[in-house]
Amino acid sequence: MLRLLSLILLVATWWLISQFVEPQMLPGPERVLGAIITQMRGGDIFFQLGVTLARVIAAFTIAMAAGTAIGLLMGRVKLADRLGDPWLIVLLNLPALVIIVLAFIWGGLTEIAGVLAVAINKLPNTVVTVREGARALDSGLDEMATVFGLPRRKYMWHVVLPQLGPYLAAAGRSGLSLVWKIVLIMELLGRPNGIGFQIGVAFQLFDVTLILAYALAFVAVILVIETAVVQPIERRASRWRIRAN
Amino acid sequence: MPLAGEFGQIEVRIAHKAFTSASGERFEVLRDLNFRFGQHQVAALVGPSGCGKTTILRIIAGLETDFDGTITWPLSGKLGMVFQEPRLLPWRTVEDNVGLVAPGLTREALASLLRDLDLEAHRLHYPGELSLGLARRVALARALAIEPSLLLLDEPLVSLDEALAVRLRDQLAALIESRPITTLLVTHDLEEAICLADRIFLLSSRPAQVVAEIPLTAPRSARSEREVARIVSEVACRMTGRAIRPGHA
Repeated sequence: MLRLLSLILLVATWWLISQFVEPQMLPGPERVLGAIITQMRGGDIFFQLGVTLARVIAAFTIAMAAGTAIGLLMGRVKLADRLGDPWLIVLLNLPALVIIVLAFIWGGLTEIAGVLAVAINKLPNTVVTVREGARALDSGLDEMATVFGLPRRKYMWHVVLPQLGPYLAAAGRSGLSLVWKIVLIMELLGRPNGIGFQIGVAFQLFDVTLILAYALAFVAVILVIETAVVQPIERRASRWRIRAN
Repeated sequence: MPLAGEFGQIEVRIAHKAFTSASGERFEVLRDLNFRFGQHQVAALVGPSGCGKTTILRIIAGLETDFDGTITWPLSGKLGMVFQEPRLLPWRTVEDNVGLVAPGLTREALASLLRDLDLEAHRLHYPGELSLGLARRVALARALAIEPSLLLLDEPLVSLDEALAVRLRDQLAALIESRPITTLLVTHDLEEAICLADRIFLLSSRPAQVVAEIPLTAPRSARSEREVARIVSEVACRMTGRAIRPGHA
């Protein structure tokens, strides 16, 4: 309820400010909503949303899978941590724009180059978070697994992954918002479709209403994913914690 | 790597085991520590806190490999261990914790095991919802679920209030009677060892060595409070000047 009130307050503030500004500079919520409905009637927005969403999912999955494996290795093996740490620092400090531009130069203006560039941008963030989780793994549970001879797969699935859960959730949540923002930049720079490309076109036309319409439509999609997918998974994974408290 | 024991006998020969402290200082924990006990027997290692009892169990369990010596026990056998802390997976229910290590355990066998340990009512509870005493029983159920040929118990009653410790000790004694499992128990409580074991090995303070071996021939059920007190005072006489404090829990 409080969240809904807060959202209403945000929209009200936007509407209020728009009353004092030129509509070309900041259109009110009703104008943006009208633009979204027009785009939906044409059907194009669904295609653009679908393309961007597919890129977000692909880049997010690659970054999370590779980041978890590398983070786990660095958190558990000192040598890997020492070798990987300088790479991590470089990647963490390399601007997203540089990685995207270089990926398009080296890989061409292709889908693979674009998705990989976004995944590489998200990767160090996941590695750092999962590495912290791996460092905090309970050695007592490791010993228990050793004594009882738990097979490797069972050990990973039932002992390690649940301990990494909060770290993976943190990396996933921050990752989703980071990835979609970078995907938009990537689309703006080197793809012929997607929300980022459409925003680029609207920018050339100085059409702020269309820019906001596309951006808010995608925010709505991410909100639906967060509410319908991420939160239920998180609730299920932390069921034991809630009952224990 | 443990060697195959003759007729299932457990034999421990540790010539030397040392640790290095954080400051770089090397200190010896075990020296010339030798003992053996037979199949289906319950042996107890009794010694003062910090003498290296847990280290002995960790060596037998394969968790410490940097030592001079040999450990001999049935090679084909499985090892069950109850750690001082229950070490349960907090995200799995009681029955899932037990079932995880023993995938071949049938539902009926699991139910029977939980019934034997008075855990039936808690089978769907998470470890965070259990008291320490209950969590210890779950850890014991987990160790028994794999039907081990050697069971290691590391201070199973420590940190429990006296009434609960006595209840759990009696339950443990009944379980040992009903399931002939070769067991090595580590404790600093001589009374606990007398109530549960067939053979007691008394350890010196660090570096630990076996200083006395006490076979207990009377059946567990016949070990009355009076009998226990008699053995405690007998041991105290033998150990005068040593670190063991009879009856001290």
